[in-house]
Amino acid sequence: MGIKKYFSVLGSTALLMSLMVGCGGNDEKETGSSKDSKVIKIATQSPLSGGSANLGESIKLGAQLKLEEQKKAFEDLGFELQLVPYDDQADPKKGVANAQLIGADADYLGLVGHLNSGVAIPSSEIYEKNNLLMVSPANTAVDVTERGLKTVTRIVARDDLQGPAGAQYAIEKLGAKKIFVIQDKTAYGTGLADAFKKAAEEKGAEVVGYEGVTIGEKDFNGVINQLLSKKPDFVFFGGMYTEFGLIVKQAREKGLEIPFMGGDGVDSSTLVEIAGDAVKNVYYTSVAGDTKATEEGKKFAENYKSKFGKEIESFSAYGYDAAGVLLESIKNAIEANGKKLPTREQVVSEAKKVQDYQGIVTKVGFDDKGDNTYAEVYIYKFNEAKYPGSLDGKVSK
Amino acid sequence: MIEHIISTLPQVLIDGLALGAVYAIIALGYTMVYGILELINFAHGEIFMTGAFIGTALFITLSGLGFLAVMPALLALLLVLIVTSILTGFLGVGIERVAYRPLRKAPKLITLISAIGVSFLLQDLVRFITELKKGNYILTGPSLFTEQISIKASSILSSFADAQIKSSTIILVVTAIVMMIGLDYFVNRTKWGMAMRAVAQDRDTASLMSINVNKVISLTFFLGSALGGATGVLFAVQYGTIDPYIGFILGLKAFTAAVLGGIGNIRGAMVGGLVLGLIEMFAAANLSVITSNVFTAEYKDVFAFIILIIVLIYKPEGIFGKAVAEKV
Amino acid sequence: MKLKELLNNNTKLQAVTLTLYIIVSSAALYFSQKSVTAFLLVLASILLLYLTKFNNKVKWGIGLLVLVVILPFTASQGVAYESYMEVATFVGIYVAMAIGLNIVVGMAGLLDLGFVAFFAIGSYTYAIFATAQANNFLPDIFPLSGSWFWLFLIIGTLFAAIAGILLGIPVLRVKGDYLAIVTLGFGEIIRIVFNNLDKPINFTNGAMGIASIAPPSIFGFEFVQSSQFYFIVLGILLFVIFAVKRLEFSKIGRSWKAVRENEIAAQAMGIHLVRTKLMAFAVGASFSGAMGVVFAAKQTFIDPTSFTLLESITILVMVLLGGMGSVPGVILGAAVMTILNLQVLTEVTNWLGQLNMQGVISIPDALSPAKMQRMIFGLILVLFAIYRPQGLIPAKNPVFDEEKLKADDLNQNEEKVITAQQSVIDA
Repeated sequence: MGIKKYFSVLGSTALLMSLMVGCGGNDEKETGSSKDSKVIKIATQSPLSGGSANLGESIKLGAQLKLEEQKKAFEDLGFELQLVPYDDQADPKKGVANAQLIGADADYLGLVGHLNSGVAIPSSEIYEKNNLLMVSPANTAVDVTERGLKTVTRIVARDDLQGPAGAQYAIEKLGAKKIFVIQDKTAYGTGLADAFKKAAEEKGAEVVGYEGVTIGEKDFNGVINQLLSKKPDFVFFGGMYTEFGLIVKQAREKGLEIPFMGGDGVDSSTLVEIAGDAVKNVYYTSVAGDTKATEEGKKFAENYKSKFGKEIESFSAYGYDAAGVLLESIKNAIEANGKKLPTREQVVSEAKKVQDYQGIVTKVGFDDKGDNTYAEVYIYKFNEAKYPGSLDGKVSK
Repeated sequence: MIEHIISTLPQVLIDGLALGAVYAIIALGYTMVYGILELINFAHGEIFMTGAFIGTALFITLSGLGFLAVMPALLALLLVLIVTSILTGFLGVGIERVAYRPLRKAPKLITLISAIGVSFLLQDLVRFITELKKGNYILTGPSLFTEQISIKASSILSSFADAQIKSSTIILVVTAIVMMIGLDYFVNRTKWGMAMRAVAQDRDTASLMSINVNKVISLTFFLGSALGGATGVLFAVQYGTIDPYIGFILGLKAFTAAVLGGIGNIRGAMVGGLVLGLIEMFAAANLSVITSNVFTAEYKDVFAFIILIIVLIYKPEGIFGKAVAEKV
Repeated sequence: MKLKELLNNNTKLQAVTLTLYIIVSSAALYFSQKSVTAFLLVLASILLLYLTKFNNKVKWGIGLLVLVVILPFTASQGVAYESYMEVATFVGIYVAMAIGLNIVVGMAGLLDLGFVAFFAIGSYTYAIFATAQANNFLPDIFPLSGSWFWLFLIIGTLFAAIAGILLGIPVLRVKGDYLAIVTLGFGEIIRIVFNNLDKPINFTNGAMGIASIAPPSIFGFEFVQSSQFYFIVLGILLFVIFAVKRLEFSKIGRSWKAVRENEIAAQAMGIHLVRTKLMAFAVGASFSGAMGVVFAAKQTFIDPTSFTLLESITILVMVLLGGMGSVPGVILGAAVMTILNLQVLTEVTNWLGQLNMQGVISIPDALSPAKMQRMIFGLILVLFAIYRPQGLIPAKNPVFDEEKLKADDLNQNEEKVITAQQSVIDA
């Protein structure tokens, strides 16, 4: 045989070996945990890399904090809690593949996730097949709970509450008459912008323009020139903070001092970093309440800061509360099962019974679809270049 | 509709000019390398991006040390531009050494694949370093040159709306022009430039004429990458916020510009860049108005690519290829 | 080294080793259900099988036995079944796409950076008609039921092939680097258009994507689990491998290689350049289109974010890693990359995360391997381009006995052309 073939064999074995080494480590972990059969694993799925890693990370850390607090309580019951964060990369394919992994491992009794509705929708089909409870801390798309899946729940408001809430506020409180709608051509941005547009038109405002921008661009002067000529008195943006920050900044540079409003996707400290002083007179609707408004919230923020060295983001507390609801359901299921490890079905049915769980930012009670009956939409305003903005209004169902 | 187009025209022209200037300088880097090696240096967009990050990091350091407050901003910019372009210049030379030189005799396909690989590597390296330092990879520099200058376009034609120009836009365009003229002079009037042109025409013959081909190629990469890095700094100053993924699509557009103007042709690249910037800005501002919302602004990229495809198929030498080639 | 030589020349010994290997690895999988390693080891038996010196029929027989019976059976004994099969299904999907791209890049030498566009076309073809989406522009009879899936497998294939030809006609006027850029542009155009085609008529539902796509069904049996899709994918994959094996050494296959080596010489030998290149585009695209249909049916939800440039590059990495022009190589490359992406990186990240949380080690988040995907791709591309451009399993051309061919030639006039082409290739 030629030396080439020898190389190819060598090369492929080397590659395979490296694969195995990687998995070998994994095996150790698995065997280590299976010695003690009373392990309960909780997964989080959110983008830990990519453009919205910031928000995804905060969900993970929030859940992690809750888990660490509850660890003791579960140990007393005789169970060991473990959190396994998964990175869905905001990619549906990756999300589904992770979902299969999670669904396959019987130790998992529930999941906190996702950030992106586009990932949550296909992944939840897998959770449904595996009877795994999903508590969403952030998904607002209507379709998430509208497909009649019994394992899907969320603790935040839906787009068909959030969009109209923004429209109502803009028109009734701010007196907007000519509205320009921009969205980022993603599932999330389009959904939210459409909901806003529909509500704004119903309330009698004129939508003078509806434009899409490309994610990842840095020059939005094209759209801003449209704003300049259409002269709207209010701009709504459906999308994420990076694009919104740049749009606001570039618009202010051109002398547009009108109010801008974004959805929960712009609710991030990075927005202020990007837009700087331009962020004044910017509103955002959020499904996340002001964590620091209450005493417990302040304490949470301090814990979070000391633990992870980071300021809280809007979804930190929602990750925390989602994990809270999840653990509450598991605890109830353990009790109902006579202190034994409950099945996933039991956890799901216990979760559906949750009616008044008091979290840090929201009260949680699920309806038949899995939507939170206490979900509210909050409207914030930036009076100065400091995150978060100050709470300006609240709209509930 | 016509009213909208005309009234926004002055502003569209200014914004298009700024964007076009960025495209034009990046396109120069593509064109120079292509002219000599007949290689699409995919990593060039990434060098631009690296330049933007280095520049922003320098600005942040300067302002952190308090220099930015005492130094005239223009001087700081000049300093950052020089440092960044030297660094990215060496980065370009290094990339050529490691990833392209061993492949000079290999099929084109392989070199191109290597270039794509380098581009991915750089993206992730920059992401990694920024994330390690900062927690996330979206970087916002200190805002500089934000003074707005108003241009009374309405006094020229009453249906024009007044336009605004940021002082950083002026700096961007002026620097771009200076760099282009400098490069043009270098390539056409100096001995090294002559060597570059000789290598571009025929590498083997050039080496017979006692030209050190490897050195000339390194020099080309140094110049192209230095220009790319400097453009990155200007871009970061102009738009403020950068991320590691700006290079790829911008590089692609710049390549389109280079092709549009006739690849391998320095003056063509400048014209191509400006034309592309103007077309894109015009499309972004007017497309949805003209087509009454059937095509939204996102289609502007589609048009950029369609232009690229049409030019490549029907006039591969570029629109300005011939006319300019005669002058050189 | 001696052992190696012994193994190389002794088929009996090979047979024993292989059997032992398969038994051990599948037993490992059977008994330790949570071990990803065992699952990968069973998959790796296919590679070992390829390296043996058995004759082809035996190889195929054993390979089918492992993939159809042993692997699903041993994996099905535990809870991780679906997740293994998910990975195996994706391996199949990517292998078929990589084989398709291999025809275009590896055999015909046309660098296509927009290959995922054909995958998108296949996906959307099925997704639009298997949901109520099609009611927006056609009479109200949709969604079609899952039994139409099989027909759409063919329609999706055809659509992708037609798109391949339509792209090919204008694009083939450009060569080399330019071709790469033009196809890249094409891929982006398709994605942007799909992302915006909710206006003026709602074809693709734009960025919102299409949800609740009907799962395939046959005689009332519905395919919903990954383990069921595995068999669909395996079936298509077998067909694809069979087709490409037949094509590779046929007249058209040899023309592709001739065009790759030297267009002008190939033309001089009477090869119709345009027809040959278009064939490569069409065949390559059609494999991708078929898998697109399966992908849509399996995911039940698609949106344009699944069809980005990164995806095209991923497939290119698979082809390059395995060996351009080499079918077994490309299969290996696609399998390694998919497993790396979906399983290994995730598992390693989780493992490190676990250690991090337990305080054993402390690695900054930026270093997490799941984020390193691009860097790994980049490294593979550069290293393989420089040190091993022929890939893990290089392409082989069959060796012909020149004298014998010459003797045959005298008898058969028809064969003349082919030999001439062959000598061009060999030169």
